[in-house]
Amino acid sequence: MKKLLALLLSLTMVFGMVACGSKTDAPSGDTAQEPGTTENAGDSTGETTGMSPEEIQVGVILLHDENSAYDMAHIEGIKTACTELGIPEENVTYKMNIPEDATCYDMAADLADAGCDIIFSDSYGHQTHMMQAAAEFPDTIFVACTGDQAAVSGMSNVKNIFPYTYESRYVSGVVAGMKLKELLDNGEVTEAKVGYVGAFPYAEVVSGYTAFLLGIQSIVPEATMEVQYTNTWFGLTEEAEAANVLMDRGAVIISQHADSTGAPSAVQAAWEAGKPVYSVGYNIDMQAAAPDAALTSAQNVWSVLYKHTLETFLAGEEIPADFACGYADGAQSISALGKNCAEGTQEAVDAAWAGLKDGSLHVFDTSKFTVGGETVTTSTFDLSIVDFVTGNVIYEGDTVECIKDGHFEESVHRAAPYFSLRIDGITELNAQ
Amino acid sequence: MSSPAIHTAPLVRIAKRDGIALWKSCLIRLAAVFLALVLSGLFIYSLTKLNPVDVYKAMYDGAFGTSRRTWITVREVMTLLCIAIGLAPAFKMRFWNIGAEGQVLIGGIVTAGMMIHLGNTMSTPLLLLVMGVASLAAGAVWGLIPALFKARWNTNETLFTLMLNYVAIQLTSYCVSLWENPYGSNVVGQINQQTRSGWFPELFGISCGLNVLLVLVLTVGMYIYLRYSKQGYEIAVLGESVNTARYAGIKPSKVIIRTMILSGAICGLAGFIAVAGADHTISVDTAGGRGFTAIIVAWIAKFNTFVMLLISLLLVFLQQGAIEIATQFGLNDFAANVITGIILFCIIGSEFFINYRLIPRSGKEAKGA
Repeated sequence: MKKLLALLLSLTMVFGMVACGSKTDAPSGDTAQEPGTTENAGDSTGETTGMSPEEIQVGVILLHDENSAYDMAHIEGIKTACTELGIPEENVTYKMNIPEDATCYDMAADLADAGCDIIFSDSYGHQTHMMQAAAEFPDTIFVACTGDQAAVSGMSNVKNIFPYTYESRYVSGVVAGMKLKELLDNGEVTEAKVGYVGAFPYAEVVSGYTAFLLGIQSIVPEATMEVQYTNTWFGLTEEAEAANVLMDRGAVIISQHADSTGAPSAVQAAWEAGKPVYSVGYNIDMQAAAPDAALTSAQNVWSVLYKHTLETFLAGEEIPADFACGYADGAQSISALGKNCAEGTQEAVDAAWAGLKDGSLHVFDTSKFTVGGETVTTSTFDLSIVDFVTGNVIYEGDTVECIKDGHFEESVHRAAPYFSLRIDGITELNAQ
Repeated sequence: MSSPAIHTAPLVRIAKRDGIALWKSCLIRLAAVFLALVLSGLFIYSLTKLNPVDVYKAMYDGAFGTSRRTWITVREVMTLLCIAIGLAPAFKMRFWNIGAEGQVLIGGIVTAGMMIHLGNTMSTPLLLLVMGVASLAAGAVWGLIPALFKARWNTNETLFTLMLNYVAIQLTSYCVSLWENPYGSNVVGQINQQTRSGWFPELFGISCGLNVLLVLVLTVGMYIYLRYSKQGYEIAVLGESVNTARYAGIKPSKVIIRTMILSGAICGLAGFIAVAGADHTISVDTAGGRGFTAIIVAWIAKFNTFVMLLISLLLVFLQQGAIEIATQFGLNDFAANVITGIILFCIIGSEFFINYRLIPRSGKEAKGA
């Protein structure tokens, strides 16, 4: 059916192409870099002179509102950062429920019109629309959280920030590994199998679940994982359904890269039905949804990234195009351990954090995983932004070697995750 | 005095009006809007203790506060109005086209697909023409399908068009995963973000000039079509009574098919305007419920396209204002929805007083009874 639809669609397009016939020259490449509007041309935001916290105007564009755990984490992050820096609350303007379309550009430009010096957006899909506004307001800084185009775009007022989420994934994996070991030791389960509810087969998700499994394998080396995609970032029923599929296939611990409480609730229901199954969440503490089954949740501490960015801006220094940091800077954590966590979990967690902090532990240590049975010695990543449909290069970037000193360097060459190796032991059940 | 033995006239009697002067009906509607504002004000004050006047001022500021905001409001009005214009002939014919949402999406998909695949291969004016024609055709096909079934097998068009919406939404999410960038992100992002190939150019120095031009031409065109053309008359007759239409020699199936092609095509064009003229991307939210909102617009305006312009303006004003009151007062979308609901309720309710009059029991009337 899908093929038929694609065929019909492509026929329409072919028809369009034939019907038109004539071909004209493609417009020159870089029209996006427009000069700033006259109102803003003379206005200096003081990038070199710095700014006082009372002066700065901050704009924030959010995909949803405080009812969404993801956006709430960002709101709290901004609020904490501003309090710590002494930026008055009334200097921060929020635009909530902004979809990833022209509305985002409208709001970004509107905030710039209103005199905002720095504008943040919290969702990946906002990025290109933010950049449209950035081209129009060269004196305003636009920070697209979780974005990936700032460095290669050549636009000096576009920035990306992203925490080392893979660290908290790894540590939450350690918690899961301790539980799995306990279950195996006391004979409650015989197969070391876990499951992962992923939103999309996207690098950020792949990086996260790989780190999670590596965390588990640091305790239970023979553990394997199955991944079920839901194709939505937030879907209570889809996530619950995916968790049920994974549990039916024998997974005893279910983690997730999806924003709802669907999976933890499903795991809790199975736990109450007598199955030895447990859940590891993301973003928010899942103990309300799964009081018995929830072990912990991997969490980002956005305030650290917001604070660093705003601090740099206030000091009048150049904000790096990409900024990423992790536990060492306080940007990563896991939520309080659930009551059914295995004995000794806290010690194992502390050890993992300590290793990550002092650099003795690398999450993507190449001696700890294989791809196709082989140890990975080289893995290159092209930083260019390519239109995957047409193959056109939107922004040219370097190709970099990611393996260095025996580990894959994640979020180093750019803030947004790019680990997309499929390591042995992970099966994607419904990849496209 | 166990039970009243004599008939007394009720306190208020309701009688159908034969007709009403234009100024009177306008006055009733104005009163309805005023009442709605008072009711909403009471609602706002009782829940949040905010001064309603400040809230209304913020809403006005959100919609018209700066020239950018004004043009955004205008652009959004044009998209909503375009869909309503598309729906008008269908509803006037009493063909319940609940499928505008899908027709808009189909037009949007075709536009986005062409922007991606044909972008940068031809000049933007030519590409716009091609996309415009293709979206008209795609919308027409989406409107034709239920019309054919209705004309041939008398299927229920309400359910049919409604279901086609879901087909269109699924088709859109399929296309999004086909065109997503980067792979797995489920986001198409701005199409041709650097070259702006296939984006509406500025017209008369206004970013949404082309949106305004296209939709205003349609507004006038549809007004004339419905009011003065033979086909418009056929639509009106068919809407009043199928049998009368048959008796007058109008072939219902032919009119249904012709009108739905027109209706779907204009909705498809709205998809083109939304994608090429505003969003420059495609997602399942491209139509964003406007296909349903436009039904209200068309009905309240009784298919008069100029009145539709006013109703669209009112609804978009409320929507744009909602973003601002969320920013200024932390009132989220739901508060704005309640206000919109109260206003629509009062306006629709006022139709009752335009069609009927209340006769209180006066001394004279009581004697008469």
